[in-house]
Amino acid sequence: MTWLLDLTPDEWNAVRLSIKVATVAMLASLPPGIAIALLLARGQFWGKTLLNGVVHLPLILPPVVTGYLLLLTFGKRGPAGAFLAEHFGIVFSFRWTGAALACGVMGFPLMVRAIRLSIEAVDRKMEAAAGTLGANPLWVFATITLPLILPGLIAGAILAFAKAMGEFGATITFVSNIPNETQTLPSAIYTFTQVPGGDEGALRLTLISVVISMAALVASEVLARRVGRRMDIE
Amino acid sequence: MSVRVDIGHRLGDFAIEARFESAGRLTALFGPSGSGKTTLINMIAGLIRPDKGRIEVEGRALVDTDAGIFVPKHRRRIGMVFQDARLFPHMSVASNLRYGRWFTPAKERYADMDAVVDLLGIGPLLNRRPVKLSGGEKQRVAIGRALLASPRLLLMDEPLASLDEARKAEILPYIERLRDETKIPIVYVSHSVAEVARLASDVVMLAQGKVVAGGPTEVVMQRLDLLPTEERGEGGAVLDTKVLRHDETFGMTVLVSAAGEIRVPRLAMKTGAPVRVRIRARDVMIAAEKPTGLSALNILPGTIVAIRPGEGPAVEVDIDCNGATVLARITEQSRQALELRLGGKVFAVVKTVSFDRANTGAGLPLEVDG
Repeated sequence: MTWLLDLTPDEWNAVRLSIKVATVAMLASLPPGIAIALLLARGQFWGKTLLNGVVHLPLILPPVVTGYLLLLTFGKRGPAGAFLAEHFGIVFSFRWTGAALACGVMGFPLMVRAIRLSIEAVDRKMEAAAGTLGANPLWVFATITLPLILPGLIAGAILAFAKAMGEFGATITFVSNIPNETQTLPSAIYTFTQVPGGDEGALRLTLISVVISMAALVASEVLARRVGRRMDIE
Repeated sequence: MSVRVDIGHRLGDFAIEARFESAGRLTALFGPSGSGKTTLINMIAGLIRPDKGRIEVEGRALVDTDAGIFVPKHRRRIGMVFQDARLFPHMSVASNLRYGRWFTPAKERYADMDAVVDLLGIGPLLNRRPVKLSGGEKQRVAIGRALLASPRLLLMDEPLASLDEARKAEILPYIERLRDETKIPIVYVSHSVAEVARLASDVVMLAQGKVVAGGPTEVVMQRLDLLPTEERGEGGAVLDTKVLRHDETFGMTVLVSAAGEIRVPRLAMKTGAPVRVRIRARDVMIAAEKPTGLSALNILPGTIVAIRPGEGPAVEVDIDCNGATVLARITEQSRQALELRLGGKVFAVVKTVSFDRANTGAGLPLEVDG
């Protein structure tokens, strides 16, 4: 069994990078995820169907297409990419940040769906009651809505994290497969399968991938149960 | 203190045109379901924006569509107790209680945590979660939460409607204490004659979105014709009395009213305490002469001041008993047999056992201060 943990430095890097990319992708998509979910759950505006469609695009498009679209917009010469690089010094192309962006975009629809469902389940009468007690809409959101949607928020975040851990097509199209920079676990496994004698390495990384995903799932279950027990929605 | 409402509002096919004002301690908005009372109270709270009109509390306009005024609910400082309690499930009872207090400007906080907890008897519940409370306990906590925001006015929307009789009996005394021991004016929505007669100082009666009567409880409650059909049997006279003495031998309490002495089942109240009793019109018999050999203990002499046709075979008779009016519902056949007519001297007869718990409650203090 020792061969399992006997990873090469490059393999360790792939593991570390994957966790970093998935964590950043998850955390960075939470604020816009909550905002869009709120808009879709409660908003009444023209173009709501269109917004809903755009949010869900990464779920139905081939990942390669999403990756290529990201390359066109956020690449060095893409409009958004050039703007961000010039004004904020944020560069996506062929960097780990690009991998995080690709993973975040791919996981976004899953996250929004989970949060939206939990927002729709919130009893708005609770919010009205908080209003009569003197809380303005921002405070109502922070003290009532947010705590009540916490289980959905956790579920959405873990889904996005798991999706990011497994993302391959969009990432490799957008930021390629550079060891130590953009080579996440799936890319590394893919590389192993492409060279003779790479089976052992591919198996090692596959097992690690399974362990990390299972750990995330168990963590989310435990968290959700703890939050749920504290609340016991009537 | 006063509440002034004059609004017009349309909800689909349902239109409300309501106008009333009240300076009472506890004003009941009373009417059958669908009469618009909950809509009205939601407008006072700021949960519904009326199409047109004006709402004023203590001289401050909260809504004035002509002047373009609409104060949002979180700036009104009006407490609201909902029928379904609406305690926040993710907070303990103590956190629920403190919630509104936190948003009240420090210099406007008059409610004291210990005093409110004591008033409502919720001390043992403080560390519990709302889901672990009974319906009655939830409602008491909800009242405390509204009070601790130090409101200028307290609104209660059918706070007892979803509780069984035992829980209602548990909460009613707390609402009476609230009415008598705090200075906060209350507007109370109800469709129950028993609750209104017991609690209200003033009544605004609604039907189909319109105000059909308004005034002191004892006056409005005599309009049996205005009561919702299913509540008509509950209607009758409301008398404010005092405890004269207790009769321990037979387990009774003797009350003194303008109409004379009234014997009711033993009340747990001190001598001299104000008591409000409701005498249902259907519980009152009329005797043309002073009856003898009768089991009923309350025999009140009086003069007939009105006779109105009632439902079916019934007529409603108003008997003035030394300034207090007692209502009786009898059949037209009996009226003719006894030859009852206006100005006739009669005796109103009421059985002691017809005063059950729902019919007797703490009366409003006779000297109204504030």
